[in-house]
Amino acid sequence: MHWWQAKKRNEDLQRELRSDLELEEEEQREGGVPAEEARYAALRAFGNPTLIREQTRAEWGWGWLENVLRDLRIGVRTLLRSPGFSIIAVVVMALCIGAATSLFTIVRSVLLRPLPFRDPDHLVMLYEHRSGEAASTGDFTYNPVAPADFYDWRSKTHAFEDMAVVRYAGYNLTGERGDLPEDVRSAAGSWNLFPLLGVQPALGRAFTESEDRPGNTVVMLTWSVFQRRFGGDAKIVGRPLHLDGRPFTVVGVLPAWFTYPDAGIQLWVPYQADASPEFLQHHDFHQSQVIARLRPDVSLATAVAQVRSIQYQLHLENPHEPVNDDVVPRSLNEDLAGNVKKPLNLMLCAVGCMLLIGCLNVSNLLVARGAARQREVAIRSALGAQRATLIRGQLTESVLICAAGGLGGILVSALSTQLLAHAWKDLPTAQSIHVDGAVITFACAIMFLASLLVGFLPALSTTGKTTMKALQTSARTGASSISRTALRKSLLTVEIGITVVLLVAAGLLLKSFMRLRGADVGSITDKMLTLQYSLPQKKYDTPEKVNAFNEALLERVRNLPGVRAAGLGNTVPGAGYWGDFVFTVKEHAAPKPGESLPEGLSRWADPGYFSALGIPLVNGRFFTDDERVARSYKVIVSSQLVREYFPGEDPIGKHLRVPAHPHAGAPDDADYEIVGVVGDTLFQVGKEPKAAIYFPILEGFPGGTLVVHAISEPLQLSVPVQKQIVSLDPELPVSHVLTLNQVIGQSLVNASLSTTIVLAFAILSLLLASVGLYGVLSYLTAQRTSELGIRMALGAQRDELLRLMLMDGLKPALFGLGLGLMMSFAATRIFQSMFFGTKALDPVVLSGVIAMLLAVATLACLFPAWRASRIDPMQALRTE
Amino acid sequence: MTKQEQQSRAGLLQGTLDMLVLRTLLHGPAHGHQIGKHIQQTTNEFLQMQHGSLYPALHRLEERGWVRSNWEKAPDRNREFKYYRLTDKGKKQLVVEESQWKQMAEAVARVMWPAAEES
Repeated sequence: MHWWQAKKRNEDLQRELRSDLELEEEEQREGGVPAEEARYAALRAFGNPTLIREQTRAEWGWGWLENVLRDLRIGVRTLLRSPGFSIIAVVVMALCIGAATSLFTIVRSVLLRPLPFRDPDHLVMLYEHRSGEAASTGDFTYNPVAPADFYDWRSKTHAFEDMAVVRYAGYNLTGERGDLPEDVRSAAGSWNLFPLLGVQPALGRAFTESEDRPGNTVVMLTWSVFQRRFGGDAKIVGRPLHLDGRPFTVVGVLPAWFTYPDAGIQLWVPYQADASPEFLQHHDFHQSQVIARLRPDVSLATAVAQVRSIQYQLHLENPHEPVNDDVVPRSLNEDLAGNVKKPLNLMLCAVGCMLLIGCLNVSNLLVARGAARQREVAIRSALGAQRATLIRGQLTESVLICAAGGLGGILVSALSTQLLAHAWKDLPTAQSIHVDGAVITFACAIMFLASLLVGFLPALSTTGKTTMKALQTSARTGASSISRTALRKSLLTVEIGITVVLLVAAGLLLKSFMRLRGADVGSITDKMLTLQYSLPQKKYDTPEKVNAFNEALLERVRNLPGVRAAGLGNTVPGAGYWGDFVFTVKEHAAPKPGESLPEGLSRWADPGYFSALGIPLVNGRFFTDDERVARSYKVIVSSQLVREYFPGEDPIGKHLRVPAHPHAGAPDDADYEIVGVVGDTLFQVGKEPKAAIYFPILEGFPGGTLVVHAISEPLQLSVPVQKQIVSLDPELPVSHVLTLNQVIGQSLVNASLSTTIVLAFAILSLLLASVGLYGVLSYLTAQRTSELGIRMALGAQRDELLRLMLMDGLKPALFGLGLGLMMSFAATRIFQSMFFGTKALDPVVLSGVIAMLLAVATLACLFPAWRASRIDPMQALRTE
Repeated sequence: MTKQEQQSRAGLLQGTLDMLVLRTLLHGPAHGHQIGKHIQQTTNEFLQMQHGSLYPALHRLEERGWVRSNWEKAPDRNREFKYYRLTDKGKKQLVVEESQWKQMAEAVARVMWPAAEES
């Protein structure tokens, strides 16, 4: 029997009972009972028809549905009766569930969602790795792979179905008819990459093996550039476009969903297309990413062991080059998520705490309401309602609150997820983040959990009394409500404890963010304009042509009005790692095999670079104008390099041997004379400083970052400077026109975002906790009105009462504070690595949190306590 | 609530009541009132029929497919009553319940009156 037939079946039962009852009545009459009494006699013999009907209906098996519907009806009615409470509760839950859902959405698409590739579980990234002491520094666990290493791995292993290699590239894209030049971020991938990933081009075809050769000119477009620049015109396939002035043929267009390795990539070329044969034979140009597909019958450990042994062989064969001795695998998901994992987890914890606080708060409100409904509950249980029924009824209310909150939360998260995803630059898959079925399921699960959490304690506390006791107890003075008050206080203690944890975490993040902001990168950062360009190889094919452009540009820019100084380097301080070289010192003993080689960041600078950036000269001299091309075997090193590798020595005049330095026409073992020592700069704020080697940019380095020190507002110079570039070469695009402060700030955006968000959660939680505190104390005051009246009548002073009530309210706050501090000691340890220059037990942060919490708690308690002390004793005694 | 309460109240008799109702229907179709009356009279008023458990039992049996019901005109009165009659499944069930009850009764008897059993 099905529930939808309920109505018909009910009528049938009613008719059956009525006819049988009438029959009984007739029989009674026939047995001689007077007509008017026969009816009652029949009823007596028959029993209560309503009860029989209910009992019979219970047999049908869907009585629960009726009960649920009834509970829902009553629940809605109860909630509508106190709209103030309901709205607050729903808003609190909506905020909490919304925030949790938003973060879950992001975490899921970044960390959990399977990649859209064929059989992604068998894909793995392989990185070079240096075993030994350098391995412990987290940033350098995963070293990019040198091309020659990759080709050895691919040809000598058989545990993988295939291996592909990818590196970043950049091109100046122009059309056939000299369209607008555009600097496009590109990637170079081996021909087997797309088949390996299982990616079919949306138009045209992928690269073939024969196209993956040096000098080849085929290109694939990503969907975004295909739509944006070529208007989605399929005829582009087979037509040429110009990259760095050379014609390339478009062979295919990638599908819209393909945004690997990130959404910024516009074009793909074959891996070897722009590589010189020498480049491909190097074991120490660490700049490519290797992605491999495991054979299904081989375990990851076995497969990696094969690659490791090959790499170790390579390491032994090249003792004087920085060839790594080990290989480590990394899952594709982790590779893409990499740096955002920890902040995401921290935020997830923070939002979890906030959710818990929200639940505790609503729970607290419900306990308070429970007090007012004590009579109702007592009467219902006296009339035969079972405890389970009463609990179910109350849980229905919390389910309703949480369901409404959850709906609101899903709306909130639909909005906030987009905001968050756009503000967060590091997220690898920002474009694929949206609210979908799984997210809504998650929201519903949270809703369900929250409603249990919210409803259970109050329901237990309200219904847990014997009927008599509850009926005897008057709502205001009740001694029996002591246990409930204790419950509320302990809920509050937990709530405050969690708030403290959040506040501590937020405080630490804030402090480390301030530290980051205030960090000195080692150069002038104010009034600095920077812009980047890259001279195309085809047009600037000799170092002389490159230098002619660079020097002409510098000359013109330095003569612009409003320019204090200008310099040219491959990059500027605070803009990132960029690259490093290992070296040996000619005058020192050769390092033993197995010993790790010294290394320094690779930098290029023109003679005016250091003075333009205000990087001080410590020793020796800067480069000169004639240290160029063939005569440029000179380097300047940073103070840190001297401290590390020339302790107690004069480095000037010593020689560095830098085998990997790609100096046109130079032998591999060229020696570079140290001519100067300059001050240290940070390559990135928040990272450990690293030794640096500067080469003269006049050796023919094709482009770089122009820095201009302005007399006033630097961005006002950007147009005049770009005009100078256009007048020198109208086809050359410039990119990243930013002030140096903006460049440095970019690396802080994400730190600033996670700080802001955790801080927002912490403040919201503090607000919730203080509302909870206020609520509990107000309730206590109301409850103790007559007691306070008696105290006052017996001579208690108003300020004594004020103190009494204040202490009563502050006690849970103090307990919560202690609890929270203990919890945060444990919690902050986990996230230690996110705190820059800040210890987990930072005294300033801790005392700030304590002071803030106490201040807010006192404020929240003050009003109810003050009201308690203003009670008119006569009035108070009369209220009973 | 109602279901549990009722089960605890009628727990002892429930299995038995089902059997008695099935046995009563072996004589032919009957409506609720007749079934109640019949059990009451046959046991010399020893089993006071509780309608509160009779109707749930009838509906339970119907739910399980052991009886089916029809609205039929009573031969002696000019009105329709809901008549229950035994199905084939119900007849089999009656045999099962009867043998179970016999085993049960014998087991109880052996415990209660061991001497009587021996003699």
